[in-house]
Amino acid sequence: MSARTVNQKAWWLVLPVVVLVGFNAIVPLMTVVNYSVQETFGNNKFFFEGVKWFEMVIHSARFHDALKRQLLFTAIVLAIEVPLGVAVALAMPRRGVWASVCLVLMSMPLLIPWNVVGAIWNIFALPDIGMLGWTLNRAGIDYNFTRQPVAAWATLIAMDVWHWTSLVALLAYAGLSAIPDAYYQAAKIDGASAWAVFRHVQLPKMKHVLTIAVLLRFMDSFMIYTEPFVLTGGGPGNATTLLSIDLVKIALGQFDLGPAGAMSLIYFLIILLLSWMFYRVMTLGEAE
Amino acid sequence: MTLALKNVVRRAGGQTHIHETSIALESRGFNVLLGTTLAGKTTLMQLMAGLVPPSSGEIGFDGRNVTGVPVQKRNVAMVFQQFINYPNLSVYENIASPLRVARLRDATVAERVARIAELLQLTPFLERRPAELSGGQQQRTALARALVKDADLVLLDEPLANLDYKLREGLREELPRLFADRSSTVVYATTEPAEALLLGGHTATVHEGRITQYGPNGTVYRHPVDLTTAQVFSDPPINTAEVVKRGDTIRLSERVSWTAAGSLRALPDGAYTIGLRPHHVLPATGRGGVQVDCTVLIAEISGSESVVHFDLGGLTWVSLSPGVHTFKVGETARFELDVASCLYFGPDGARVAA
Amino acid sequence: MARIRIEHLRHSYVPRPAREADWALKEVDLEWADGGAYALLGPSGCGKTTLLNIVSGLLRPTAGRIFFGDADVTASPPGERNIAQVFQFPVVYDTMTVYDNLAFPLRNRGVPEARVDPRVREIAALLDLAAMLPQRAAGLTADGKQKISLGRGLVRSDVNVIMFDEPLTVIDPHLKWRLRSKLKELHQRIGITMIYVTHDQTEAMTFADQVVVMHEGTVVQVGTPVELFERPRHTFVGHFIGSPGMNILPCRLENGVARFAGVAIPTANATTKTPNGARTEIGVRPEFVRFASAGIPVRVAAVSDAGRHQIVETRHGDTVIRLLLDERDQVPTVAAHVSFDTAFTRLYVDGWLAG
Repeated sequence: MSARTVNQKAWWLVLPVVVLVGFNAIVPLMTVVNYSVQETFGNNKFFFEGVKWFEMVIHSARFHDALKRQLLFTAIVLAIEVPLGVAVALAMPRRGVWASVCLVLMSMPLLIPWNVVGAIWNIFALPDIGMLGWTLNRAGIDYNFTRQPVAAWATLIAMDVWHWTSLVALLAYAGLSAIPDAYYQAAKIDGASAWAVFRHVQLPKMKHVLTIAVLLRFMDSFMIYTEPFVLTGGGPGNATTLLSIDLVKIALGQFDLGPAGAMSLIYFLIILLLSWMFYRVMTLGEAE
Repeated sequence: MTLALKNVVRRAGGQTHIHETSIALESRGFNVLLGTTLAGKTTLMQLMAGLVPPSSGEIGFDGRNVTGVPVQKRNVAMVFQQFINYPNLSVYENIASPLRVARLRDATVAERVARIAELLQLTPFLERRPAELSGGQQQRTALARALVKDADLVLLDEPLANLDYKLREGLREELPRLFADRSSTVVYATTEPAEALLLGGHTATVHEGRITQYGPNGTVYRHPVDLTTAQVFSDPPINTAEVVKRGDTIRLSERVSWTAAGSLRALPDGAYTIGLRPHHVLPATGRGGVQVDCTVLIAEISGSESVVHFDLGGLTWVSLSPGVHTFKVGETARFELDVASCLYFGPDGARVAA
Repeated sequence: MARIRIEHLRHSYVPRPAREADWALKEVDLEWADGGAYALLGPSGCGKTTLLNIVSGLLRPTAGRIFFGDADVTASPPGERNIAQVFQFPVVYDTMTVYDNLAFPLRNRGVPEARVDPRVREIAALLDLAAMLPQRAAGLTADGKQKISLGRGLVRSDVNVIMFDEPLTVIDPHLKWRLRSKLKELHQRIGITMIYVTHDQTEAMTFADQVVVMHEGTVVQVGTPVELFERPRHTFVGHFIGSPGMNILPCRLENGVARFAGVAIPTANATTKTPNGARTEIGVRPEFVRFASAGIPVRVAAVSDAGRHQIVETRHGDTVIRLLLDERDQVPTVAAHVSFDTAFTRLYVDGWLAG
C-alpha cells in the first residue's frame, strides 16, 4: 500500500559498468577457473581433472619458494615505506608556497609508467656504466645486481621504496592536514614533547589514512610484476622470482595452463585472506 | 497545508529512533520541535521531508498519503544548522536555484529573487560568493533559497545555532515576520526553550524519540502534561522536589510545608513530585509565599538578573530574580517560594491538577 | 599567581599592515588583578580570540608588551607562562583514559608518580569525573571532554591563569547551564585568575567579576556586569548586553534637554556642549521602561512571551521601544504611553556617553 520512497531507476545507469566489468573481469576469471580444473594436450581438447592441479601447486617446492620470497619482499617493503612515508609527511610544510612545491615533488615518482621505473633503475644500477653501480664499485663495494642475489634484492627494494613511498607520504600528509590546530596548541600548553605529540595526537588521528595506505601497499607489493621483471627478469637464477613472475613463467613460458590457472586462484585467495586479516587487525578497537 | 504523522516509527541500525508517534501540525505560525540533541528532532524532520522512509506508519499532506513520495516531489524546503549554500554560485544564483530547477522564465526568476533578497537584506550582496559573506549573511542566503520556493512545508533545523548571540536574536525576531503572510507549514527545531517561547506558535516537546506534548506555546509551557515535558521546556532547569500530602497539608521537609488550596485538596494523600521554575523562587521580600532559610552555594549576577543556587534540605535549588541581589557564598538567606505556581506530578510523572 | 598587564598591544595578521582594517587588535591597554574572573565579550571578529592567544603565548603580538607580574613575557612560549587553555572544541587525547589525560601535563613535567595520583583524583572529584577515570577519554560526551580539558589545566599546581575560548559552544543548553555554574563554583573555590572569551553575554555576565567589551579590535568598556548593564559608555555596549538590548532613540537637544517626539525626556546625565552635526541619542533599557498615563505616545506592535516575562514591542513612527512586563500583567490593547526611569536613561553623543 505504501509506495516505495526509494527510486530504483538509478540502477539502469549502472548497467553499462556492470556489462563492462563482467566482460573484462568476470568472464576471464571464470576462464581461469575453467583451466584450473582441466588438462589439455593441445588441439583444444580438455579433460576434467578436478583438484589435481591445486594439489600439485600446493605441494610444489617451487611455489613455496616463490611464496616465501614474495612474503619477505612485502614485509621488508612495508617496514621501510610506512615509517618513512609518515616521517616525510611530518617533515613536509603545511602552508605556504613550499607546501605546493613539496606536493608536486612527492607526486612525481608516482606518475612514471611502471616499466619505465624498472628501466631507469636497471640502467642506473648497472655495475659498469650505471651511476649507482659504478659509484658503489668505485667505493670499494663489490656490487653487481645481475650476478649477486643480495645486490639484486637490495636494488629491487630500493627501487620500490623510491617509487611508492610517495603514496604513503601523500596519504599521511592528507591525514595530518585534517588535524585542527587546537590539538597542537593544547599539547604545547600541556608541555608535551615532540614525540608525545606524535604518539598521542598525530598518530591516532592518522589511523584511518594509514590503514588505507598499508592495505594499498600490501596488495600492490604482493602483486608486483612489471618493475622487478624489467629490472632483473626474476634473476639472477630465481633469486628475485616473485609469485607473479613465477606465475607468468608457468603460464606463458611453459604453457601449462592447468597449473597456472590453479596457481592464479591460489594467489588470489592468499591476497584476499591476508588483506582481510590486515584490515581486521587495523580496525580492531574501533567501536562504531 | 496540514501535515500529519500517523503511527510513525523509525528504526535504524537496530535502534528505535522514533517511537510510535502521531501528530497533526498547524499550518499557521511556527511549529517548534523542542528537545535536547539526539532527542529525535532531526529524524522527525527528515521523515516529514521524505529524506528517510518510516519503518512503519503514514505521513500525510493535506490528507493525501505521501509516505512513498520522494522528497523531490514533495515541495519541501529545508534550512540547516551549518550554512549550506552552493559554494561556486553567486548569492543570486543560489537563491534562484530552486526556480531554475522548476524551469521558470528568467524574468519571473529575477523578479522573485529580487523580492526575497530585499526581504532578507541581501540586495547589496547578490553578486558575491557565499564564502565572502559573514555567517549571518550566509544563513540569510540559505533562508532566501528556502523562501523563494514558496514550498508547502518549510523545515528549519536549528538554523540559528551557529550564529553569534546578538545575530541570533535579530534573526529570530525577523523569522516570524518573514513567514507571516505565507500559507506554508513551518517546522523549527531547537534545543533552547527560550527560543521556542519567543518564536510563538505551537511547540512539540521531543524526548528520546517520543513527542511528549504538542500544543500552543503557552499551554505546553504552563500546563505540561508530565514532568519530562516540564523539564524539557525549562531553561534554567526546573526545580524539583518530593512532597507528601496528608489531609490539607503539603509537606516538603520538616520545616517547609503549606496548605493545599483549591483543586489540590481533592488529590488523594500520598507522595508527589513538585516542579517550580526558578523565576518563581525569589529572595524574600515579605510579599507572600512559603519562606525558607537556606545556605547560598553559588551567586551569579548578570546585570539584569540575579541567579542564586542554594541548598534546600540537601537539594540544590535555583532562584532567578530580576535586578541585582548580592549574596555571599555560604551565608544563610531567606527565599520565598511562590507555591501557587507549583506544578504537581504523580509517581508516574503525569501532572495531577493545578 | 600574577597580575597581568597589557601595554599598547597591537596585532595584525597581515605581514605589512597598511590600512586600519588590517589590524585585528588596534590598541589595547588592560590590567587584570590576580585571582579575578574576567570575560572578554564581543561579536565575531572583534579580536577577542586574538587577544586571548596573545595572553597565552600561542601568538606573538605585532607590537606592544605583556607582563605577568613584573616579568615581560611577550616573547615567552606558552610552556613558560604557566597558563592553561580550554578550547572551543573539546581536545582530549583519544588513545588515553581519562586518568591518563589528567595526568599527562604532570608526567610531561617529570612529576613523580606518587604525587600525580592524589592530585589527579583530587581534581577528578572536583569536576565530578571520579567515576569515569578508568574509561577511555574518546567515549565521553562533549561536556565530559570539556571537563577533561579543564582538568588538565587545574591539575598543574603552577598555573597562573586559565583561559577559556568559547568553551560552551558545543554543549547542549541544559548542560551548558550546569557547566557554567560549575566554572563559577570552581572559581569561587580555587581563586585562580580565569579569563573567559565569549560572544554570549549571559555567559560573560554571570561568570565574570569584570567584563571587557570589545568591538572591531578595540576595548569599548571595562566594568562589572552591573556597571555595564546600568551605565554603558557606548551605545554598542548598550545594544550588545542585555536581551533584549537597550532602546536607542534619536533625539534633539534643546537647551540641554533631550526631546523625542516633542516630549522632554529627563536623563541621568547631561551635556551643554555638543559638536555641530553630532548624533544625539537617548538610551534606556527595556527593564526601565513602563507604561504610563503620560509620556511618549506609542502603539503596541507585538508581544512575545518569554516565560518569566513578556517583551512588548511598541512603536512611535519608525522607532521601536521595547519594554518588559511581568507574565501576568495585561498588555494595553493598542495605543498607550511609555515613560522612562530617569536614573537609568542616558544621553549619548555620537555613540558615546555624554558628559
